[in-house]
Amino acid sequence: MLKDIFNKKRKYASIPSQEGKQEVPEGVMQKCPGCHKIYYRKELERNLNVCPHCGYHHQQNAFERIKSLVEEDSFEEWDKYMVSTNPLGFPEYEAKLEKDRQKSGLNEAVVTGKGMIGNNETAIAVMDARFRMGSMGSVVGEKIANAIEQARKEKLPFIIFTASGGARMQEGVLSLMQMTKTSVAIQRLHADGGLMISVMTHPTTGGVSASFASLGDFNFAEPGALIGFAGRRIIEQTIREKLPDDFQTAEFLLKHGQLDGVIHRHDLKNKLATILNIHKPGGENS
Amino acid sequence: MKQVLDFEKPVVELRGKIEELKRLTEDSEMDLSQEIETLEQRLENLEEDVYDRLTPWNRVQLARHPERPTTLDYIQAMFTDFIELHGDRLYGDDEAIVAGIAKYKGMPVTIVGHQRGKDTKENLRRNFGMPHPEGYRKALRMMKQADKFNRPIVCFIDTKGAYPGKAAEERGQSEAIARNLMEMAGLEVPVVCIVIGEGGSGGALALGVGDHIHMLENSTYSVISPEGAAALLWKDSNLAQHAAETMKITSYDLKKLGIIDTVITEIRGGAHRDIEAQAANIDKVLQKSLESLKKLGKDELLEARWKKYKQIGDYTDLPL
Repeated sequence: MLKDIFNKKRKYASIPSQEGKQEVPEGVMQKCPGCHKIYYRKELERNLNVCPHCGYHHQQNAFERIKSLVEEDSFEEWDKYMVSTNPLGFPEYEAKLEKDRQKSGLNEAVVTGKGMIGNNETAIAVMDARFRMGSMGSVVGEKIANAIEQARKEKLPFIIFTASGGARMQEGVLSLMQMTKTSVAIQRLHADGGLMISVMTHPTTGGVSASFASLGDFNFAEPGALIGFAGRRIIEQTIREKLPDDFQTAEFLLKHGQLDGVIHRHDLKNKLATILNIHKPGGENS
Repeated sequence: MKQVLDFEKPVVELRGKIEELKRLTEDSEMDLSQEIETLEQRLENLEEDVYDRLTPWNRVQLARHPERPTTLDYIQAMFTDFIELHGDRLYGDDEAIVAGIAKYKGMPVTIVGHQRGKDTKENLRRNFGMPHPEGYRKALRMMKQADKFNRPIVCFIDTKGAYPGKAAEERGQSEAIARNLMEMAGLEVPVVCIVIGEGGSGGALALGVGDHIHMLENSTYSVISPEGAAALLWKDSNLAQHAAETMKITSYDLKKLGIIDTVITEIRGGAHRDIEAQAANIDKVLQKSLESLKKLGKDELLEARWKKYKQIGDYTDLPL
């Protein structure tokens, strides 16, 4: 019978793999999505959240990132207390914001300020994917635009670390317009000869990828980071074909000429400091 | 034959009935003028009821109407000496965007706009008005040219969004959109943007950094389509009508949010009912826009543009 060919009955029992069976105590241990090994969170944190076995780059939260790059106690935070309202009266938005404030200890999805990277005073913006998936609403747009404008006024280089699912749906078209706001700010920075470096981390998609993330003098990415405009599923549905596994990864973008480089997190601080030095006024003597 | 949208069916049916009665009186001795008059009064009321109280979803339907006038329709109706120019000089010519030079009441201008098709064949050629990176790069090339020759730029926005395809990603859809946003910010000529149909997300915005933004009454501007929003937020794309209300995407919503400058009145029943009359409505607004912008010096223009976009958004400070 034809039916028998498609018999779904399994002829064997599946036993969970050794790794699958290992319990991962919340908070103390962490399982690597890259190599499935389990290690202490502390061990991971010491290694800048890079898997010591396979090099998988786990996300860094905003202050982990700042701590790993900026000289101790040199960071001055800007717009720290700026928070979102609910401009469209979107159902449950306030509750979601409050939940993420509790969860992340942050007031919004980006931290901005200035600090010393090596001996370079630098304006910095770091997005944090734990807060509403790093999505860009009015506050994210405003804080980033303010940081860029401050960099322009103080003649500081500007470095942004992006991590975002794109626009903040609950703020509708106001969130879309933050793409413009930040891009106008960047135009002013570039017109004044300011230096901007963008480092795209996992994930950088949608409206963030299609605005400030792509507008640095230098656009870098971390290994394995997902970077793209449209979502993978939407593209597959539109073109009705399966996309390659490496589609929209940092390495894929590098191959297609969309990035200046992919930088391992362990090398990031040195490379950034070098670029800052090269662009320092009178850099030839320093 | 105009395509009839579901919500306007009662109007069309009643109109048909009146015409039938009129024909009847012509063929017979019966005097039905009284009845016809009553029905015409009822039609007037019904039209008011339907067209003057459009829901956000009705406006979405009108914005997507297959016969809705496109960029090329308005170019033909409002400009003279239009010469279309092609290609981004890097990869190809994307027909989802049209661009060129023309005269507007004698004044040289550059025109850039999304271009949908009105039938399947043209839609395939135009990729349903959904650009690839080369489309945005062509647009930017024309805008830079306008900047060089000191011509104002008029942008017509009408797209579901930038095309979500493999090739588009490979060629840098994100970069193309981002670059347009940034470069448009620095143009030293007046830029007037007019949303004539759907203003779909980043793909619309990439032609949308203007000194003035106007919207046709029944056009929409949104971060995501109502269907997409419903699928994403409530896992059910059937809630699109609800999303159209919640997401605040109509011209009146955008005016209220302080994003656009003018709501351009539409012909009752939608722009497709009378392209010439609609073009005349747009014309009035565009003329006023360009006249006021031409008075600004370059620095003033750029400063005003920055202030315009910097003030968009809503936030507060946590109490200390």
